[in-house]
Formats: sequence, C-alpha cells, structure tokens
Amino acid sequence: MQFLNESDARHLLVRTGFTPSQTELLPFVGMSAEAAIDRILQGSRQNKTQQPIPSFVSSSTFTPQGQLKTQEERQEQRRVQILEGVEIKQWWLWEMLTTTNPLAERMTLFWHNHFATSQQKVVRSMAMWNQHQLLRTNAMGSFAVMLRGIVRDPAMLIYLDNINSSWQSPNENLARELFELFTLGEASTGGDYTEQDIKESARALTGYSVDGDTGAFMFRPRLRDPGSKRILGSSGLLDGEGVIDIILKQPQTARYIVTKLWLEFVSPLPNATVVAKAADVFRQSGYDVSAALRVLLLSDDFWATSNRGSLIKSPIDLLVGVARQFQFAISQPDVLVNRSAGLGQNLLMPPNVKGWPGGALWINATTLLERKRTTEQIFSIGNNMNASSLGMSFDRERFLNQYGATVEREPDAIAKQKLASAMFATAQPSHAVPAGTVGSAYIRALTLDPVFQLK
Amino acid sequence: MQRRHFLDHSAKIMLASHAGIGLLGMPLAGLAQSGTASTFAKSATRDRVLILVELKGGNDSLNTVIPYANPIYAQLRPTIGIKQDEVLRIDSQQGLHPSLAPLLPVWEKNELAIVQGVGYPDPNLSHFRSIDIWNTASKSKEYLSDGWVARALHTSPQGTSGKDFTSEGVLVGINEQGPLAGADAVSLRQTETFVNQSRLAMPSELVGNASLQHILGVERAIVEAANGLRGEKYSFKTEFPNGGFGQSVQAAAQIVAGQRGKAGVPVIVLSLGSFDTHINQPGNHANLLKQLGEGLAALRGALQEVGAWDRTLVMTYSEFGRRARQNQSNGTDHGTAASHFVMGGAVRGGLIGKAPDLSRLDSSQNLVYTTDFRQMQATVAKGWWGVNPEAVVRGQFDQLPLLRA
Repeated sequence: MQFLNESDARHLLVRTGFTPSQTELLPFVGMSAEAAIDRILQGSRQNKTQQPIPSFVSSSTFTPQGQLKTQEERQEQRRVQILEGVEIKQWWLWEMLTTTNPLAERMTLFWHNHFATSQQKVVRSMAMWNQHQLLRTNAMGSFAVMLRGIVRDPAMLIYLDNINSSWQSPNENLARELFELFTLGEASTGGDYTEQDIKESARALTGYSVDGDTGAFMFRPRLRDPGSKRILGSSGLLDGEGVIDIILKQPQTARYIVTKLWLEFVSPLPNATVVAKAADVFRQSGYDVSAALRVLLLSDDFWATSNRGSLIKSPIDLLVGVARQFQFAISQPDVLVNRSAGLGQNLLMPPNVKGWPGGALWINATTLLERKRTTEQIFSIGNNMNASSLGMSFDRERFLNQYGATVEREPDAIAKQKLASAMFATAQPSHAVPAGTVGSAYIRALTLDPVFQLK
Repeated sequence: MQRRHFLDHSAKIMLASHAGIGLLGMPLAGLAQSGTASTFAKSATRDRVLILVELKGGNDSLNTVIPYANPIYAQLRPTIGIKQDEVLRIDSQQGLHPSLAPLLPVWEKNELAIVQGVGYPDPNLSHFRSIDIWNTASKSKEYLSDGWVARALHTSPQGTSGKDFTSEGVLVGINEQGPLAGADAVSLRQTETFVNQSRLAMPSELVGNASLQHILGVERAIVEAANGLRGEKYSFKTEFPNGGFGQSVQAAAQIVAGQRGKAGVPVIVLSLGSFDTHINQPGNHANLLKQLGEGLAALRGALQEVGAWDRTLVMTYSEFGRRARQNQSNGTDHGTAASHFVMGGAVRGGLIGKAPDLSRLDSSQNLVYTTDFRQMQATVAKGWWGVNPEAVVRGQFDQLPLLRA
C-alpha cells in the first residue's frame, strides 16, 4: 500500500497503540505506510513519561518479613506495599491515557506479560516499580539488555524463587521459565532443550539473589555452584550471564519472540515466512525490538483486509481505547484500573508466570457481559450533564460533529457509516442500531455490538 | 519438553473455534482413539448435578476434621485446638468441629464422605498458584488455562455442546471461571440479575473470523443460559441460613429446581470464605464452618424437597490446608493437605483414605498428602459422568469409593 487512507491509518494506530481520536488519526492519513511506521517506532523509542512519579518511590520502606515480630505487622506491611502497587497501576494507566507514543506503553505491557511477575507474591512495591522501569526503558530497544536485566531483577528473582537457590539444592523455577517462556518456548513451539539443560542452568543461576534490607540485586557467593555446567552443548564455569549468552546464540530465541510479537500485532495465525525474515533481522540487529517490529508492520499480512479485526481487545485495549478515542476527561483513574482487573487484566498481578493467556480467553460469558455493562455505564450520560456514573465525561457534540452527527438527532446514513468506520475494525457492526436512536445513545448501542470487542 | 503441549493444543483449538463446540470431537489427550462413549450426553447422567464448594483462602482442615485422639494434635494446637469434649466424634480417632453439627444427620445417613489428606506432590503455598493447580488439575510446575470441569464437559466423542445444556455451568458470586474456565459457563450473584443483564447479549448468525465466531458463541451462550434460567421461583419449605453463603446455596437450589425437564445446568460452583485464618482463628473459623454446615444442610433439604438430591453430588475444595502447628497469632499459616467433604443421595458415606501422619511432616513442617486431589476429580469424571478420567486429570489416578454402586 502506498499511502494510508483513514481506515489504514486507524488500523495502524489501533494495533500499535490504542484506538485513536480523530485528532490523533488525521496526521497519519496520506502518509506512506513506511513513513507512518517509522514515525511511530521512532516516537516510542524516545518516549518520555508524562506523569509525576508516584510519591512512594522516594519514601517507600520495607522490612524483611522475618524481622517483623507479629503476623499483624506482616499483614500491615503487605497492605501498604499492595497500596503502593496500586499507585504504580494508576500512574501507568495515566501514561497509557495521555502518552503521545502509545506504542511505548503497548510494548511495556507486552513485556510485562512476557516476563509476567505478580506483586501478590513479590509484595515489595519498589521491586515492582524497578522491574517496570527495566521493561519500560528497554521495551523498544534491546531484548538482550532486557533479558540480562531480568535475570538480575529482584522482583523476578523473588517471583521465581531464585533468591535462596543454592548449589546444595538449586531451584529450577527461573531456569525453566527462562527457557520455556522467556526465550526458546516449549517443545511444541520449537524449543529444543532438555531437562538436563534446565538443571544445569539452574546451577548457573545460583547465587543470583536479593539483599533483604535494600531490596537490591545481590550476588551471594556462598550459594553459588562453582562447578562446570553444560548447557545446550556449551560447557564452562557458567553463571547467569553465561546462560543468557548461550540462549542468545540460538536462532530459536528470535523466532520465538517474533512469533509472540506477531500474535500481539498482526493476527492469531503467524506466517512462517515473515516470522523467519523478521527473526533474522531481529538477531542480526543485536535483538533490536523495533527492527523486528518494523518488518512485521511492513508486511502484507499486517495490512491484509482479512487480518483487520482478527484480534480480540484486551481489557486495557477496550478501556484505554474508549477513553482516548472519545477524549474522555477522567476524574478517577482507579475506576479504570479496577474495571480492567474485573475484566481479567489486573496490572502487576498477572494470573501466573505465563501471563494473561489473552486472545479468545479474554471473553467468556462473565467478562463479555461485564465489558458491555462497563461501556454501557461509560456512555450512560444524563441529559443535562456530560459525566457518567464512572466519573468520566466527554464532549458528545464535538465527537459526533466530526462525523456529521449531532446529539439530538439520529445520524443519517453517511454519518452512520463514518461512525461505524471509526468504531469497528471491520467498519461494520453485526447489528443495526434500532431506528430512532440518537446521539450518545447511538454510540452506546454501538459499543454493545460484538464486533466492538475486535481490533 | 512435553509438559505444556496439551495446553497449547487446546488453547489453539479455543482460538480456532467458538466456545462450547470448540473442544468437541478434537483428538484431546488421546481420548478420541479410546472409544469411550460418554454417557454425559445421554439420559443416565445428563441430569446429574455437581455442586462444587470452594473454601476460599485455604481451610484449616485439622480443625475441621479433627484427629482428636492423637496427642500430637493437642501439642500442635495448644491454644486454638478444639477440646476433646467439644469434638463431634465420628469414630474413635476423628471428629468434626462443633460448628459442623448440621452435617451429623448427613453423616449418619451415610450420605457424607470425608476424603482425608487431599493434596498433591510438590505443593505450592501461594493461594493463587495453588488454586490454579486445583482448578486446572495441573501438575505443580505446569500451567494450564482450561479447568478440569471444562475438560470433563468437553470429553465426549459425540459431544455435549453448550447447546445441550441451559449452561455448562453457573458460578454463584465468583468472578473467575476457575474449574469451568474454557466452558460455556456464566457467573451470577442472583439468577434474576443475570437474566436481566442478558439483555446486553447480541447473538447473531453472522460469519466472521475465528475471534468473532468465539464472541458470537459466547453471546449465544448467555442468551441460552438466560432463557433456561428464566422462570418462576420455586417456593422451598426448607429455610436457608442468613448471610452470603446461605444466599448462594439458595440460588443453587433455585437453579436445580428450575431445571426440571430441561438438560439443565450440570455444574454449579459456590464459594465461602476467606478461610485465610492467619490471626485469631478460633472465632472466625467457627463462624465460617457454621455457615458451611448450615448451608450444606439446607442445600440437602431443598434438593430433597424437589427430588434432586439423588442426582446431586456436592464436593468441597480449597487451595490448601493449613500449617500443622499453629502460629504466634492464634492462627495458622499456609499449608498443604486437607480433608474434603463429598455429599449427595448417591454418595457412599464414611471416611476415605488415610489421615496424614502428624508425626511425619514435610520439610516446610506441613502435612504430607495421602490422596491426590485429582483422584477426586477422576472419580467424578468416571463415576459421576462416565467420561474417560485420563483426559480430565491428564494421567492415571486411582478412583475413590465415593459413590454407591
């Protein structure tokens, strides 16, 4: 495709970020696909956060649980840490709502799901914050740097039980997930390694621990297995760095990561040829995430009509997308954080180390009704006020006018088609809105359509 | 490295087709070639009901089914232990917590089985992770996304699609799909509210990509469930206890009563808790068990009233039991193995399996399990539903003598 029309531009922005407002969309219309993609990639690489850093970051304290005498003190500390975690979620959600580089936020979320770590187990809010910064900083940069950071990341070391892993009894959790979830993938998706490789890697990772007092990474020589290890055919006195070196030499690592990127950005069914090409570029670039993504976004598959609307919106896609597209003013971001959790995506608390399974599994009878109840509430705006019961408000007249519609009247045929194009990835709802539906009730009805869940 | 192969396989099928029909007729875990004809879709078992009761937070089993005669019990529980003379003795070794008095008549009728020491190898002490393991019947280090009940429902060569049932399952007052993840299940607090909210569903015969087909399948499931659940309320003579659990039990009884003459709802999940009694356990725990005992007794009374008790199986579960030795705060910390209740008109009552040995704790000072929880699930699969248990619990697990022949 040479130049982007509105629908192409919207597809690109929805997939690389969140559903755009008309204002956000228009500058991309008429650009070449390549120029638009490069602009998005470049912007997200240089992204700077918008919101002030949560206040607890400079003041948070944590006493190792063992040093607290009573159960009450331990529970109280946990409660405070979890509340600080809520501050991180709200801060992050604000970034998603306000960023001018939505791809940076999408990729940070992608890596949070990839290196899934839950505060339920980690507890320490600062460890969650620091891990978030590690992911954010490298989200569009070097996967290699991020991976080296992850095996020394206190939240991850706590989450996957490496802190007490010792040469006497190496804990295999981190090593196993490093292979199976973080880099090579399980056997069915092409991972080719043995239980022995995992055991040897677990030995190599012994000693990678956390200073209980400061919460910082700490290497503990006494826990370390000093012997020789043999991993994927390479032998030596390997440590965690050595394991990463070996993993990054495997072509499968790039294929596995690129396949995950495909599922996130393109469609549920990867095209092996394009994946192989993007994986080569990824590897040769020294694991530059934006280089791999560029290949995928430029592929014919990304733009194919058959792939538009082939993905299911995550709860965050749905909520942040609605907020951005309609330019909602939001008085309580915690409402959206909680709704997202209620819909199955509780930031900082993925269900397990595999992250959110996503795709079709986002939608069941409960979550689908809950999604609809949520948009119904968001768009249930009283006649004389612009605010919904969720403390969200938007300028209905201005929004509708963009498409040639008004608050008081039912949109005409042309306006209906424009609204459908703006709100549906396939430009077509599955149900006609009942005749006589006007203004924001018309929009509300469209958000209840099954197709609204697609992107 | 095959350990997650199954999940991926089924997850892909889920992606490729819509809920309910998605898993049917697919070669799941070698079942297709086993030729076991499911009786689930046939009249013998299709009106059977399984009611699962989740004891959320990890129930302290040692204070629920109490090894009162064992002197080690008193040593482990110096202040929170139940006194010998308060225990409701059911044999020379074991007895029930006094709050469970409403279950004694059920025990005496031989309709209550108590499965002892239920757990799994390499136990995980995290609430979230351990309930995942129970719900999905996974191994300790394995991550599955479909629930064991969903697998059972879809384990049938002929198929028992969501279309055959009002709904494949109803979760009362629970938002996570738990053991029903991957099934056409709905969750509700009150039937009326759900039926009312079902107005938001927009089923359509539209044909689209796999993602749209999935969503449309769910839209249809909501409408079908609402149609099946709509209807007149049955007026029970049985009185339901006050409180949230009593209401859940009442909702469950209403659903069963309203499904007579229909394919119905084969699985209902209720939840009670939090049982996470780290602090000041005795009063809290007594109160929870009172709700449990009264609730289950009312459930039995109500289902007997509508003649459904013989086709109902009630089963408790929980992410884990609690630490054998009490903590410093008059509570108990996360543990491992626990006893669980199974009741129903078709249940063969009695103590099943072996109580864990209090003198031989594991390295984290926890009880060592004697019965794998997947044995309970495998027994439900085969004994209650007549489906191949191996596809449900993904391995061979011995059946338990829970049901009358």
